[in-house]
Amino acid sequence: MAVERNLLEINNLKTGFRFGEEYHNAVDGVSLTLKKNEILAIVGESGCGKSTLATSIMGLHDPKNTQVSGEIIYKDLNLIDLNEKLYNRIRGNDIGMIFQDPLGSLNPLMTIYRQIAEALVYHSDMNEKQIKERVLELLNQVGIPRPEQIMKAYPHELSGGMRQRVVIAIALANKPPIIIADEPTTALDVTIQAQILDLMIDIQDETGSGIILITHDLGVVAETADRVAVMYAGQIVEEAPVDVLFRDPKHPYTRSLLNSIPHELEEGEELHVIHGTVPSLQKLPRKGDRFRPRIPWIPDEAFDENPELTEIAPNHKVRGNSWKHFHFEGEEK
Amino acid sequence: MGFLEVQELKVHYPIRGGILNTVQDYVRAVDGVNLTIESGKTYGLVGESGSGKTTIGKTIIGLEKASAGRILYEGENVTNKARSRNKKYENYNKDVQMIFQDSTSSMNPKKRIIDVMAEPMRNYFDYTPAEIKRRVAELLDIVGMNAEAMYKYPHEFSGGQRQRIGVARAVASDPKLIIADEPTSALDLSVQAQVLNFMRRIQKEYGLSYLFISHDLGVVQHMSDDIAIMHRGRFVEKGPKKEIYNNPQHIYTKRLLSAIPDMDPTTRESNKIERQRVEAEYDAQEAEYYDQNGRVYDLLPYKDDHFVATKPNSSLQNESINTKGEV
Repeated sequence: MAVERNLLEINNLKTGFRFGEEYHNAVDGVSLTLKKNEILAIVGESGCGKSTLATSIMGLHDPKNTQVSGEIIYKDLNLIDLNEKLYNRIRGNDIGMIFQDPLGSLNPLMTIYRQIAEALVYHSDMNEKQIKERVLELLNQVGIPRPEQIMKAYPHELSGGMRQRVVIAIALANKPPIIIADEPTTALDVTIQAQILDLMIDIQDETGSGIILITHDLGVVAETADRVAVMYAGQIVEEAPVDVLFRDPKHPYTRSLLNSIPHELEEGEELHVIHGTVPSLQKLPRKGDRFRPRIPWIPDEAFDENPELTEIAPNHKVRGNSWKHFHFEGEEK
Repeated sequence: MGFLEVQELKVHYPIRGGILNTVQDYVRAVDGVNLTIESGKTYGLVGESGSGKTTIGKTIIGLEKASAGRILYEGENVTNKARSRNKKYENYNKDVQMIFQDSTSSMNPKKRIIDVMAEPMRNYFDYTPAEIKRRVAELLDIVGMNAEAMYKYPHEFSGGQRQRIGVARAVASDPKLIIADEPTSALDLSVQAQVLNFMRRIQKEYGLSYLFISHDLGVVQHMSDDIAIMHRGRFVEKGPKKEIYNNPQHIYTKRLLSAIPDMDPTTRESNKIERQRVEAEYDAQEAEYYDQNGRVYDLLPYKDDHFVATKPNSSLQNESINTKGEV
């Protein structure tokens, strides 16, 4: 049996933003693969670099103020080397993107029909009639009622959930093999969130595309992802199939994060709080274990000089060896 | 008996239109809500966007005007009297405080933290500058911050720190009730945990009550004693936390609870099936729970202090009457 090829392969990606004369990496050496038919969740807190990773894949950074290095391999092409013109043929056609804020990603002066049609006109040579058919088909696919009418509406006339469906329809317009969804349900109510997540899973079943789902919400991850990469301070600290990550998390950060989810507590018990704060980009420690300042009760010898992402079980990767010595504060090891 | 009582509260906004710009209809943001707040307890107010939960909080503290109904504070009618300069209402103003969702816009960027926090003290107490300084340091300490923080400006802090300052400021006037409107929605998980922990500690220390407004059912479950679920400006269900989570009766509550993502990826399929079943049930039984205008029925006792908004004389109601063996 032939080994299935990766849809997307990211090798040692670094994206740095310019501060004065220096560049500071927000994404600092990320390697990932995305397969067909897979939902890969990238989870982490604000400032961990997860959104920068998404925009790097889409090539949305201002080249004057950012430095991108490494490889993003799609169909034997390294996307980093592409010029703007070639990149535009990839964006929307091969990689679709869904943003967090549906209102911000729609043009308020264009009807829903024109916004979806725009993506089709740009990337295909369909005629007017075909485009209309495809738009209707897409609106049906994303579960919009009365598509004939909604098609003529403007974004402000729709509810948040409906707008997000339109954004998904635009992302799907050209049947891209890869979809990147950056916090697609964060602005939505729980019942709408459940609908949108179900919709994304259904669409994936139908189209077999690979989805990179970027989120801070572990509940969303548990409900949708096949595989999870946890990011901290620009690096992936743990990567595992979703059931493994929730059943048997290893990295101290993953464990701390899972422990701080609000739940019902015993009398006198408190939620777990991670010590200190996420350092700013300029102050990020570039040497040693980046999570070390957040777990000061763990003795120094537990940390590696240069923690690498290593496979500790099939498909389960953890950065460094500190996890072997980790225990929560006040807890016996 | 609670110290604060909200009775049949309504907040309606007129919709104007037509040639003469006359009132055509009303948006019924809050439409007949009753709430009793006892000291030392936390009340969770849950609903989706537009359900009116924030409006209730704002009306209690006087940022919105009640169209009908009463708010009683210690037995005194204080409806629409918040922010009144009349001495008579001073205690009410002092004793009800608020924490906002957005910590950035709820603080004057030109004021140092000491001035931000001293404002409620200057309004209600005759502290000397030295006393103010001592009290600010004390409050900052309670939320786990250094006294030096008082000489900094709001922008010098992270979101979580600012929200903790917001909590400290709300406590500054020694209130009995703090209305917390989505206090942690903008925060990361680990920072949220910290703010919630501080809120609970402060509650113990001062015997405070919270009206905790949130769309996040996990956070509300963590914080609250009693919970009210809101939909379309009215309560659909109200009761002790355990009852609401383990024994929900109203179809809307069931729908909301089934939509919460589960942290266990292995139950994903069954969750989805359950969610779709509840969704179908919701569509099928809407008429049982909402009248022909889509309005939520009045709350009726289901058992003990668990109330559900159902059609009068519906099966659910009869059942509870039978099981209780009384009227």
